[in-house]
Amino acid sequence: MTTATARISRTGHSATKPSKNARSRERALAWARRAPLLPALIFLIIVTQLPFVVTLIISFLNWNSLRPDQTGFAGLSNYIEVLTNADLRQAIFTTVILTVSVVLASLVIGLGLALLLDKKFIGRGLARTLLIAPFLVVPVAAALIWKHALLNPTYGLINGILTWVWSLFGSDTPPQPDLLSQAPLMAVIVSLVWQWTPFMMLILLAGLQSRPMDTVEAAQMDGASPWDIFRHLTLPHLRQYLELGGLLGAIYIVQNFDAVFTLTSGGLGTANLPYAIYQTFYFANEYGLASAAGVVVVIGTIIVATFALRTVFSLFKKEAAR
Amino acid sequence: MSTLTPAAPRNTPPGPTALNAGSRRRIFGRFGGKSRMDPTRNNTAAGVAAWLLALLFAAPVLWMILTSFHSETDAATNPPSVAANLTLDAYKEFFGASSGVSPWPPLINSATASILSTVLVLVLAIPAAYALSIRPVKKWTDVMFFFLSTKMMPVVAAILPLYLFAKTTGALDNIWFLILMYTSMNLPIAVWMMRSFLAEVPVEMLEASQIDGASLLLTLRKIIAPVAMPGIAATALICFIFSWNELLLARVLTGVMAGTAPVFLTGFVSSQGLFLAKVCAAAVVISLPVLFAGFAAQDKLVQGLSLGAVK
Repeated sequence: MTTATARISRTGHSATKPSKNARSRERALAWARRAPLLPALIFLIIVTQLPFVVTLIISFLNWNSLRPDQTGFAGLSNYIEVLTNADLRQAIFTTVILTVSVVLASLVIGLGLALLLDKKFIGRGLARTLLIAPFLVVPVAAALIWKHALLNPTYGLINGILTWVWSLFGSDTPPQPDLLSQAPLMAVIVSLVWQWTPFMMLILLAGLQSRPMDTVEAAQMDGASPWDIFRHLTLPHLRQYLELGGLLGAIYIVQNFDAVFTLTSGGLGTANLPYAIYQTFYFANEYGLASAAGVVVVIGTIIVATFALRTVFSLFKKEAAR
Repeated sequence: MSTLTPAAPRNTPPGPTALNAGSRRRIFGRFGGKSRMDPTRNNTAAGVAAWLLALLFAAPVLWMILTSFHSETDAATNPPSVAANLTLDAYKEFFGASSGVSPWPPLINSATASILSTVLVLVLAIPAAYALSIRPVKKWTDVMFFFLSTKMMPVVAAILPLYLFAKTTGALDNIWFLILMYTSMNLPIAVWMMRSFLAEVPVEMLEASQIDGASLLLTLRKIIAPVAMPGIAATALICFIFSWNELLLARVLTGVMAGTAPVFLTGFVSSQGLFLAKVCAAAVVISLPVLFAGFAAQDKLVQGLSLGAVK
C-alpha cells in the first residue's frame, strides 16, 4: 500500500529505488518514534526480567551456600518441598488470609469514609487530610508505633484507654488484651488496614465525585430512598473503582514485608511468603528452595494480575479512545 | 417535597427528566421547607461521623507525635499521661545524645537513594511516556501492559539473583546498586503516571504547533511542559515516597555503609530500659519527608497512585 503510493507520487523515477527509500525512511521514522522508549524498556528488562529468569533456573537446583559440594540439579524437588513443607504451606495460607482480609476490610471502611467525605461539612478539607495521614507514615515506623505505642500490653495506648475508661466506672480490673501474642496475625491485619484504608478512600472518593449527579437528583425526585440510590446508582458506578482499588491494594499487600518483619518477626504463624522467602535464603541459605517459593509467588500473582489487568484495561480503554 | 411535586411520568426519557428534576428542585427548594432531602441536616450528621472517624484514624499519628515530646517515664504509663510535660529529650536521644550513634548517615543514604533514583526514573520515564502518548509507537498499549506486568512481579522473586550478583561483584552495601534497584521499582509506575499526565496535553495545540513549524524543543517547552509540569512533580514526589519507605531491598542489599533510614529504624529498638519516646521521635523524624511529599502531592495523589486510571 505504501509502496504503491510512493510509486504513484514519484512517477518518472525508477520503480524500485524510491520505494526502497520510502520504506527505509518509514523504518527510520518508526525507530525515531521508538527511540525515547528504548532506554526505559531495556533498563527494565535487564533489572527485572533477567533476575527472574535466574530465579527460575535456581529453583530447579539443589543449592545451599553452606553446603556448596552438594549443589546440583534437583528437578521439581524444591517445588514439592514448597508445597509439602509445613512452614512454607503455612506461609502461603497466611499470605492469602492477610491479603484478602486487609483488602476487603480497607475497601469497606474506605467506602464508608468516602461516602461521608462526599458530603459537604465544616472542615472537610482538614478531615480529609487527617484521614490521609496513616498512609503517609513510613511503613516501618507505622509498624513500630503499632507494636510499641499502641498494642504493647503494659503501656500501649489501647490498654491505657481501657484502664482509663474502666476507672471512670470505678473498676480497677480493666481488660488488658495482648493482641500481639494472643492474635498476632490480627495485629498485623489491623495495622495494615489502618495504613491502606486511606488509599482505598482516595480512589473511591474520586469515583464518587465523578458520578453523574443529574441521575441521582432524578432518582431523588422520583422518591427513591437513599439506600435505593446507593444500591442501584452509586454502587454500580463505583464498581470499577472498587475493583481497581482492591486489585492495586492486593498487588502491594501480597508483597508486604515491613509489617510482618517489624510487628511479629514472622512468629506464631504470621510469616507470609515474602518473609518466609527472605528467611529461607538470607538465614537458612537454601537458595534453591527460596527460588522455588519465589516462583510460586509469581504464579499466584499472575493469577491475580490477569484479573487486575482486565480491570485496569477497562478503565484504560475509555481513555485510550481519546 | 414529594407532595409538592408529582413524580416524573414513567415514560419520560431520562435526559429531560433529569433536567426537569434539577430545575424543579431549584424552584420548589426555596418554598419546600425542611424535607427528607434537606442537605444541611444530613450533612451535620455526616460531618460529625466523618470528624470522629478522621480523629480515630489520625489518633495513632497524633499519639506518636505527642509521645515523642514526652519523657521516657511519662511515655510508658498506664493509663496514658496525656498532659505530661513536653520535652525534646527523645529527639536529643534519637540524634545520639547519649549513645553517640548518629542517625545522619542512614538519613543521608535514604535521601541520596530516594532523590537520585527519582531523578533517574524521570530521565527514563518522561521520554518513554512521550513515546506512549504524544507520538505513540505502534502497539503502545502492549508496551504499557509490559511495564505494568513488571510491577506485579514481587520483589522476592528477583531478590536472590540480585543479592548474589551484588555479592560477587562487590556491589553489596553500595548505595548506587540500591539506587538502580529503586529506579527499576518505580519506573513502571512512573511511566504509567507520566503517560496519563502527558495525555492531558490537548491534541489541537500539538497539531497547531506542528503546522506552525515549531521545533520539538519549542513544543516541549511552550506546550507540553506547562500542562505536564504538575504531573511530573507529583510523579517525582510519589516515587520519592516509595523509595524512602522501602525496606526489603535495603535490608538485603545494604549493611553498615549504605543502610537506609528504615533499616536503621528496625535496629533502633533496644530491649533494655524504656525506649518508647525515642522510638516515637525516630518515627516522626523519618516520616517527616514522606508527610511533606505526600501533602505536597495531595491534589494529584489519587491520579498518581491509581496509575492515572482515576482522575
